Amino acid sequence: MPDRPKTPDRPLKIALVEESPVRAAILEEGLREAGHATILRIPDRANLLERIYAIDPDVILIGLANPSRDVLEQMFQMSRSVRRPVGMFVDQSDSSSIEAAIDAGVSAYVVDGLRKERVKPILDTMVSRFNAFSRLKAELDQAKSQLEERKLVDRAKGILMRQKGIGEEQAYALLRTVAMNEKKKIAEIAQAVVTAAELLK
Amino acid sequence: MSLDRIKIGFIPLVDAAVPIVAADLGFAAAEGIEIELHREISWSNIRDRLTLGQFDAAHLLAPLAVATSLGLNSVKTPLAVPIALNLNGNAITLAPHFHDELMARLAPREDRADPRATGAALKRLVEDRRANGEEPPVLGMTFPFSTHNYQLRLWIAAAGLNPDEDVRLAVVPPPYMVDALENAHVDGFCVGAPWNSVAVELGLGRILHLGVELLSSCPEKVLAVRRKWLDERSDVAERLIRALAAAGKWMELPGNRAEASDLLGASGRLDVAPSIIRRALDGRLPTGAGDELRNDGRYLVFARDGAMRPDERHARWLYAEMARWGQTKGGPEEEALAASVYRADVFDAALGISAPSVADPIGSKLG
Repeated sequence: MPDRPKTPDRPLKIALVEESPVRAAILEEGLREAGHATILRIPDRANLLERIYAIDPDVILIGLANPSRDVLEQMFQMSRSVRRPVGMFVDQSDSSSIEAAIDAGVSAYVVDGLRKERVKPILDTMVSRFNAFSRLKAELDQAKSQLEERKLVDRAKGILMRQKGIGEEQAYALLRTVAMNEKKKIAEIAQAVVTAAELLK
Repeated sequence: MSLDRIKIGFIPLVDAAVPIVAADLGFAAAEGIEIELHREISWSNIRDRLTLGQFDAAHLLAPLAVATSLGLNSVKTPLAVPIALNLNGNAITLAPHFHDELMARLAPREDRADPRATGAALKRLVEDRRANGEEPPVLGMTFPFSTHNYQLRLWIAAAGLNPDEDVRLAVVPPPYMVDALENAHVDGFCVGAPWNSVAVELGLGRILHLGVELLSSCPEKVLAVRRKWLDERSDVAERLIRALAAAGKWMELPGNRAEASDLLGASGRLDVAPSIIRRALDGRLPTGAGDELRNDGRYLVFARDGAMRPDERHARWLYAEMARWGQTKGGPEEEALAASVYRADVFDAALGISAPSVADPIGSKLG
C-alpha cells in the first residue's frame, strides 16, 4: 500500500508587534518573500491583548526591547480557553542563533506544539531583516549629518566671502587650509566661523 | 590594580537607588569594582538579558527572580539573590473620577487609610457597576510576577471579591503607568516610586494607599545574579554585596536625601524631578486628594533593621502567592527550590555578620 500523501503544513498566522512603519514594512516584505502570507501588524500598545486574542496567531514577533513584551507575559497564564503562546522561542540547542537574535534585538513567541523547524526560519528572516533595518538607519543618519555639514560649510563660506570680500573657491580653500593646519574636519572649522560670526553680530 | 567590571541592568524606579549610589558615589570602587549601569524599560527584557548573560546582575522584582529559577513563563535559569535592595515602596493610585466613585461608597467616618474600609467600598462599587451593566474597573500592575500584582490581589480578595473576575488586572511597564492612566486604559494602578507621585503631580491620579498600609514589610526589589555566576565569581560577588550594603546604609541617612534625589533624578537614571523623588525618600506623599498627606517612615525601606538580608521566608511567602493565584501548581519540592533562591548564607559570609531575626517577616494588615 502506498504511503498516504503527507498533508502540507497549514500556513502560519503571524502577528507582528512593531511601532515603526518603516521597519514593519521591511519585516513584512522579508516574511512574504519567505512564503508567509498571513501577517497581521499591531502598530501600538492600546488593547494589545484583545487584539492578539482576536488574531489568534501561531507566532508573535516583537522587538526584544519592546516594552509590550511585559504585556505578552500576562497572556501565558490567563485562564482563557483560546490557544496561547507558551513563552519566548529560544532554540537552546543552538547558542549562535540565540546570540544572533539578541544582537539583532528580535524575539518570537509561539503557541504550544509548534515545531522548532517551522519557527527557526522565521526567526532567521527576522534577524537578517532587523539587521538590514539597523544598517539602513545608520546610513540614513550618516546621509543626514553629511547634509547638515554641507549646509554649515555653505554658511561659513558665505560669511567669509562677505567679510573678506573673496570668492567662493577662495573661501572654501581658506576653510580647508585651516582645517588641515589644525588637524580638524572642515565642518568643525565651519562651525567655529558660524559661531564667531553670531557672537560678533 | 584594575577594577572588576560588573554590568547591572535597572528599571527607572527609586528602589534602583542602591546600585546607582554604589556605582556613582564610590562604594563599588572602594571594593575594587566598577559597576556599569544599563537602564532598561521592561522586566521581560531585563530578565532575559540577565539569564542570557548580557548582564552580570539585575535590579529585579523579587518574585520574578524566584519564578525564573522555577522556569515559570521563561527559560528555566537558576538565579540567586545574595542581597535585597529594598522593602516596600509601592502605592495604589486611582484616576480622580474613579477615586471619587470609590470615596462616595466609603462608609461615614471610616479611615480612608484602612485597606479593609476601602476594600468594602470597592466591593460596593463593583456591585453597583454590575447592576448598571457597566464594565468592571481596570487596574494596572507591572508584571505577572510582581508584588504589585499580589498587593492588588490581596486587597481585592480581602474585600470578598475575585481578582480574576470582578476586576481586570492589566500589565503596564512602570514608565508607561502614568500614560496608561492619562489615556484611560486603566482606572488606577499599583506601581513603585516615583510613578505614583508623578501621576499626582500631573493631576492625573490620587494615591489611595501606600503599600505599607497593606503589608508592613513587603519584599520588593532584589539584586539577582545567575547561580552559576555566583559560584564562579564568589569573590567579586562578596565585594559587590559589601559595596551595595554600604550604599544601602548611606541611603538610610536623612542628611543624604537631597543628594540622593539629585543623583536619581538625573537624565541617565530616572529622569524625574528630584523634588518628586524626595517624597518617596522622606515617606511624605501628598495624595492629590485635597491637601491630604500620607506620612509613613516605612514607606520605602532600604537597609534598616536588616532589610537587605535575603530572608528565605520572603521567598516562601512569594511562592505561596504564586501558588495561591494559580501561577504554579507547585508542591513542597518546588517551594524548597523557591526558598533556596534567597541566599542569606552568602550575604552573612560577605558581611561577616548574622542579622537580627525578624519575628513577622511580612506583617499583613489585611487580616
